[in-house]
Amino acid sequence: MQIILNGEPRDLKGALSVEGLLSQLGLEGRKVAVERNLEIVPHSAYQDVMLEEGDRIEIVHFVGGG
Amino acid sequence: MAEAALSGANSAGQAEDSFQVAGRRFTSRLIVGTGKYKDFDETAAAIEASGAEIVTVAVRRVNVSDPNQPMLMDYVDPKKITYLPNTAGCFTGQDAVRTLRLAREAGGWNLVKLEVLGDQKTLYPDMAETLTAAEMLLKDGFDVMVYCSDDPIMAKKLEDMGCCAIMPLAAPIGSGLGIQNPVNIRLIIEQSKVPVLVDAGVGTASDAAIAMELGCDGVLMNTAIAEAKDPIRMARAMKYAVQAGRDAYLAGRMPRKKYADPSSPLAGLI
Repeated sequence: MQIILNGEPRDLKGALSVEGLLSQLGLEGRKVAVERNLEIVPHSAYQDVMLEEGDRIEIVHFVGGG
Repeated sequence: MAEAALSGANSAGQAEDSFQVAGRRFTSRLIVGTGKYKDFDETAAAIEASGAEIVTVAVRRVNVSDPNQPMLMDYVDPKKITYLPNTAGCFTGQDAVRTLRLAREAGGWNLVKLEVLGDQKTLYPDMAETLTAAEMLLKDGFDVMVYCSDDPIMAKKLEDMGCCAIMPLAAPIGSGLGIQNPVNIRLIIEQSKVPVLVDAGVGTASDAAIAMELGCDGVLMNTAIAEAKDPIRMARAMKYAVQAGRDAYLAGRMPRKKYADPSSPLAGLI
């Protein structure tokens, strides 16, 4: 299954939830926000929301800025 | 010794003087940005030296190829310092709203800084888009501190909509040119019932003091500190400049006179 993760194509093996993806990326427990196809995925739904072929996922966090 | 006494007096003065935005009370009237620093250690040291209680932050993609890179939150604790997410780099109201919704999800709070820019060269705010975005954000339950032009009519519209702080520019973002239109800043201060903070364009300590002497509730800056040769020392200078300007405003300056007026009595001259 291929998704677009932060603008780049990424191949994933098998069924994966948002939580699973974050854990694969080493981002578990980090203060990030996830958007799936322009819809915010609330923290409480990370376990339940399953990724699907072609999903456009954005994972953002806070960086230095003015 | 003298310095200890001075800082004691400052903290006493500060304790009595605070400002409130969207129901939150802050004693420091200096808000600093977290961009353009050499590294996160310098960012954290500059914030500490500035005494700021609110810092602006941007929302950007996580580097998913190297997620173990250090993150701002590892150095600046959001439990101690209020993060104010911005919409820097957004050129449409929709982009700004999307960005701040993500910020709210990442951080879990509603207080945000809206800025919608209209032009890459001047980074001047696009006020039509800003008004649209502000309306969407307010409907969505955000507390919106809004970066805007120094036009009193626009400032009034934003306040009437329900923005919790009006933040006109002193000069273009990152220019360090200081307050270019003190008349407009004063007009905005006079008409506003919500806090007015000068945001952008401050270059050095005297610029911050002038903003505060005009009666601003606070000053927001990034580049003036981050691009100083010694950012930590400049952060401290800005802290004192904001306090000095505020005190001068509260003290009420002497009237300007056209001619000299001797300070020593004329009576009793030998």
